[in-house]
Amino acid sequence: MNINSDIAKTYTVSGRKQTMVAILGVLLGMAVYMFMNSMNEGFNRTSNESFFKSTPHLRVYSDDKISAPLQELSDAEMIIINPKIVPNTAKINDPQAIANVLMKQSEVKVVVPQVAMNVFYNNGKSQISGKTVGFEPAKGNEMFNIKSFMVQGDFDNLSSVSNGIVIGAGIAAKMNLETGDNLSITSSRGVNRVLKIVGIFQTNNSVEDKTKSYVSLSTAQQLMKESNAFVSDINVNFFEFNKAKDFAAKYSDMFGYKAEDWQAANESYMAASRMRAIVITFVSLTLLLVSGFGIYNILNMTVSQKINDIAILKAMGFRGNDVVRIFVTQAMTVGVIGVALGITLAIVLINIMKHVYVGGDIGYFPIRFEPMIFLRGTIIGLFITFMAGYIPARKAARVDPVSIFRK
Amino acid sequence: MMNVLSVNNIRKSFYDPIEFEVLKSISFDVKRGEFLTLVGKSGSGKSTLLYLLSTMDTDYKGELLVDGELLTGKSLDDLARIRNEKIGFIFQFHYLLAEFTCLKNVMIPALRLGKYSKEEIEFKAMQKLDALGLADQALKPASKLSGGQQQRVAIARALINDPLIIMGDEPTGNLDTKNTDIVFNILKDLTHTSGQTIIAVTHDMDFARASDRTIEMVDGKIRD
Repeated sequence: MNINSDIAKTYTVSGRKQTMVAILGVLLGMAVYMFMNSMNEGFNRTSNESFFKSTPHLRVYSDDKISAPLQELSDAEMIIINPKIVPNTAKINDPQAIANVLMKQSEVKVVVPQVAMNVFYNNGKSQISGKTVGFEPAKGNEMFNIKSFMVQGDFDNLSSVSNGIVIGAGIAAKMNLETGDNLSITSSRGVNRVLKIVGIFQTNNSVEDKTKSYVSLSTAQQLMKESNAFVSDINVNFFEFNKAKDFAAKYSDMFGYKAEDWQAANESYMAASRMRAIVITFVSLTLLLVSGFGIYNILNMTVSQKINDIAILKAMGFRGNDVVRIFVTQAMTVGVIGVALGITLAIVLINIMKHVYVGGDIGYFPIRFEPMIFLRGTIIGLFITFMAGYIPARKAARVDPVSIFRK
Repeated sequence: MMNVLSVNNIRKSFYDPIEFEVLKSISFDVKRGEFLTLVGKSGSGKSTLLYLLSTMDTDYKGELLVDGELLTGKSLDDLARIRNEKIGFIFQFHYLLAEFTCLKNVMIPALRLGKYSKEEIEFKAMQKLDALGLADQALKPASKLSGGQQQRVAIARALINDPLIIMGDEPTGNLDTKNTDIVFNILKDLTHTSGQTIIAVTHDMDFARASDRTIEMVDGKIRD
């Protein structure tokens, strides 16, 4: 062993209690950092998962237009008009061409043209308002993975039964419906149809369950009194959902229709999750920093206590760098042991929490081992320890031996 | 006989609290195997001079040569290497590293030098301790020894790299008469048997008188 590390080891071992306290500090800081960030990651993952059960990564649709002044000449008098939403049909022209272009983009995973509308589910005299979505069942399933939350019937029957409908469990419960029953619905265009229930789904999101239903594309087009070329939105899923907002502007320009990514469509949800991330990052980093101060403090004390040792080492021919190495080694020993134990504790905590049932649409506590977070924590932890050691070590290296000996 | 250390026209001033020239144009040579003592009243500049010679204090004007090599203007790292190899130190207080055994304390400068294997260094360190009558204390922590014993461990440490020059700042200043005699005889022996040079600052006039040459400092100058 190198003499510098040998001396560092002796100091570390002889100051056993201090070393332990410093290790404990790093251990706790590290464990909490990793645990909290893994938890945040888990929250984000589950909420995104439940989110994407009904929301596409990106939606192309025809946005409402406000009527513009008849003339926009700077030297002419403005003709007073009453701005209103232009009565157009939210129709996308030639949706198949757009869908084909989208499908050719390398980043796009699946494209689902759909017809969405508000409807009433009728049960005798009582009505439940809701929303129905029509698309090609196979593609719709590919995008929202609807089959995974079917509780009754078979989603595939939507394509084989011409007037089939799949309804949420909440609607079924309220109207006392089961697979095979008939359900009369009225669309916003006043079209009445009796549809046959081929399946019931349950998402654990009660608003969805109480209002939503799926039908085939042609049924939806009939409900809207539109031709078989009518599509109200084109849904797009990407291979990486985080990239959606990078493409939104590009698609808007390409097609002349509004392309809205899921983050823009759900600003308040995103703001809440950002806020959570900020709070957790702030708290966990502070804890790590505090453990860094622990090391700094203890090393600073060691340097003051060992000032005679440092002077004599320098007199005997140890260079400034050797002295830095001695104390940085000491700090890094504490850091490495603390980080290693912190990782262990974090893994234990995660494994315990993983098995805690919290209920609701979350089920078990949404946490798991996140390698990237552990890697990031380790790097930050070691960096903080290094700095906490380096600053007092540099002070030690600058000790002027003559001034010590002459006291 | 070759000069092992030369000082040419060295001057040094302190600036705090007021400018004060503590060494005024000092020149002398030290020959190989010489036992030199520096004496003088406190404030005469003898300790300041010793620390300049030790290469630890680099803030001076003039020239310092050790073993024919000009040391003035060298980098701190170079000076550290030269100290490690060529100069051994004995202080009034022993300055042993309390957490290490005596043996380890003696070994540290040699481990830093890295010229020999750890086993060889350990063997050599044991020899030095044995020569100073401390073989049985080798594995005790340095803090458990008596003052005289600690000073002898410090001497063993100063000798481990077979330095050209051994410098002492009141090496016997903290010892009783008996231990002073022991330490003095060890040092005297070294100059005669292994040709090592000793430069020591002392207050003890008996110690100075028994050395080969004494330089007396008065107000920053050498008294003729």
